[in-house]
Amino acid sequence: MIRALARMAAWRLLFAVPLLFAVTMGMFALAKASPFDPVRQYLGDRALTTSPEIAERIRANWGLDRPLIEQYLTWLGNLVRGDLGDSRSLHRPVAEVIGDRLGWTLLAVGCALVLMLAGSLVAGVAAAWRRGSWLDRVITGTAYANEAAPVFWTGLLVIWLFAVKLRWLPSGGLTDAASTTVEPGDVLRHMVLPVAVLAFSQSSWLVLFVRESLIGTLREDFVIGARARGLRERTVILRHALRSALLPFITLVGARVPELVTGAILVESVFSWPGVASASVQAALSADFPLLAALTLLATLAVVAGSLLADTAYVFADPRVRVLGVS
Amino acid sequence: MRSALTRLALAAIVGLSAACSAAPAQNRPVRTDTFVAGLGSEPDSLSPVMGYAADGGSLLYDGLVSRNADLTLRPALATSIPEVKGTTVTFTLRTGVTFHDGTPLTSADVAYTYRSVLDDKNDSGIRGDYAAIDSVEAPDATTVVFHLKHPYAPILQRATLGIVPDGSLEGSGFEAKPVGTGPYRFVSRTPGDKIVLEANPAYWGGVPAIKKLVLAFSSDDNVRATRMAAGEFDAAELPPKAAARFENTDGLTVHRVPSADYRGVMYPMNAPVTGDLAVRKALSLALDRAAMVKTILAGAGRPAFGPIPPDTTWHNPAVEGSPTPDQAQAVRVLEEAGWAEGTDGVRARKGTPARFTLMYPAGDSLRKELALAVASDAKKIGIDVQPTGLDWDAIEPRMSKDALLMGMGTPFDPDYTNFETFHSRFAGQGFFNPGHYKSPEVDALLEKGREESDPATRKQAYDAAQQRIRDDEAWTYLAFLQHVYVVRGEWTGVAPSVEAHEHAAGGLFRNLAEWKPAA
Repeated sequence: MIRALARMAAWRLLFAVPLLFAVTMGMFALAKASPFDPVRQYLGDRALTTSPEIAERIRANWGLDRPLIEQYLTWLGNLVRGDLGDSRSLHRPVAEVIGDRLGWTLLAVGCALVLMLAGSLVAGVAAAWRRGSWLDRVITGTAYANEAAPVFWTGLLVIWLFAVKLRWLPSGGLTDAASTTVEPGDVLRHMVLPVAVLAFSQSSWLVLFVRESLIGTLREDFVIGARARGLRERTVILRHALRSALLPFITLVGARVPELVTGAILVESVFSWPGVASASVQAALSADFPLLAALTLLATLAVVAGSLLADTAYVFADPRVRVLGVS
Repeated sequence: MRSALTRLALAAIVGLSAACSAAPAQNRPVRTDTFVAGLGSEPDSLSPVMGYAADGGSLLYDGLVSRNADLTLRPALATSIPEVKGTTVTFTLRTGVTFHDGTPLTSADVAYTYRSVLDDKNDSGIRGDYAAIDSVEAPDATTVVFHLKHPYAPILQRATLGIVPDGSLEGSGFEAKPVGTGPYRFVSRTPGDKIVLEANPAYWGGVPAIKKLVLAFSSDDNVRATRMAAGEFDAAELPPKAAARFENTDGLTVHRVPSADYRGVMYPMNAPVTGDLAVRKALSLALDRAAMVKTILAGAGRPAFGPIPPDTTWHNPAVEGSPTPDQAQAVRVLEEAGWAEGTDGVRARKGTPARFTLMYPAGDSLRKELALAVASDAKKIGIDVQPTGLDWDAIEPRMSKDALLMGMGTPFDPDYTNFETFHSRFAGQGFFNPGHYKSPEVDALLEKGREESDPATRKQAYDAAQQRIRDDEAWTYLAFLQHVYVVRGEWTGVAPSVEAHEHAAGGLFRNLAEWKPAA
């Protein structure tokens, strides 16, 4: 099975190559079509007091006056050699910018993912178990409302409640404004709100799914059989029903990665979290193409890797599933 | 996205919280070790060569010269303010100054810094400001000689540019660990969040009293106000309306600092309606600048009638007007010029209705409100001004045909921006003189002011230029903005001075190294 899995992974990676080509090419075409002038964004306030001749020179230095296909090939050539170029808005190499920030994003998103999985499993099981009770109604109602609420709105509400009104937790940033070093305890306090909001905002789907799936499974013969054998309710739910109800859950998690990326962008922006996702907003606003291109590439890779991982996990979870290429 | 979404929602939230809690700003004891300044805009780059604090006010760097609160120059890394002799200026350097990394400052570092700005491979946004420099020489360790392409009196003002060590910009390490000679040295930076600095124990000008300094960035005005109220910041720059809640709060001081940052209507001179002097004059007469300052700027500003701010020595006091409107006089000017009343309330002359478009950058709510105010005042005298919000990229190609609500201004030298804005040589060159204003007299005066080094002669030339621009009503100036700061605790050494359009020159915090806790 391991060999089969390796083959599947190889296939996926092979498929990722044309996908990445398509994504990067689309990105270049969009950048070309964009009405925003990167040189003006680069100059900022100074655009009004800079002579057109100097702006043209900067454009030429960046190669923006070259044909699109030439710009693309140059960028691709540099990428293959491991050179992501320099960020125009931050005046630093893109690799360095991403290196500085990726860790914070992985930390926040990783914690949020764990919290989301654990939280929605508990809430979903509780709702299914006590179907029709007030608990079920509260959980289902919250899930629907949460699904309808935009992430930034939830974020702002939470800031208002916990940072402005109650003053329990800081409203944003990585550390206190006055702290001059990065202390783990300080970061932990600043992480609570963004991680909780990210986890919560992505959880409704999963909660509703776990509930539906478990309710369906509870009606099946093997569960009824288990109950008839006099097994404890806890054993029936957790050992028998949930296990079988969870299979599609794995696929769902893999498929949610793109939304997790979007969620991270919003949450990082609202909470001033210095990760890669908030950098992509900044890169987009300042038409900082080298940085934006690298971040888009990273997001694409995250999505491809996410679905690959989900499929791999599925193979392990359900022996009936056959790996692609093995009949 | 952040600005639009969060601003909207936070405005509501903060308003709500202020209303229900009405909690006074917490009075936290003033920390003497760490000072946190809450700023609205974060510099992209910390390199003076890329334009960071080129007009001084950087705490990391020193220029050859720096400014007193009244904007007069004082020597910094130079031992004295030299005289501009034709096209040569010679600076003598202070001895015994070291960079934060311990290397001594020499003239090679100065020459390197200026050459890097001028090197077009470096994509520096401020290269144009230094275009008058032909070459920079360092004949010995303490002498720097500037050779100019043409006589250029403002060169001394340009010498505020921060000096970096020779060769430090090669490679990419500088932004990660900037090195200067300034009163503070770099500790760390979290992009999007803050920059941490510490006092330079070897500073030639004396060690600052504030030992640790955090520049915290938050682009949202309401978030900054909230963090100020929560005691996270020791000082913050805020828009007037957000600062109002801190008035009369114990332990907090609200500073309103005058600026050269004006807002005005730029007219396209070749368009049929705005090209007519009578229309421009009448509009200027009909505007209620006092109301604009009172309501739109929340009192933090003053009516403007010319490009040079009243609080500086270069201002011509004769260029003034009435802050309140004179509609009767405005109507008279229009009637005399043949703009007769039409049936639809819009005046017309020979079949041309008195109608023009006034563009403003769509994301700028202040300019939008000013544009609407101009339109409403214009309507009262029969001129139909149509405000249109557009993106800068859409505005640029239309500037020769449509009027634009622009904002600029620097207090340092009257040559700055005005030379390009009013000299006919720059007509239609990007944002330089976009309205194609042409006046041989103004051209000559601007050139004279730039070339003469005698301050009295320069003053005369700029007085005449201001008068001429006002007579031609080349622009209709609306208001000079005031920048508002809230500071916690009692400090001595706070020295506000007339500020530029950007906060880049440090604003109130430009001399933070001289602040001391009041006893």
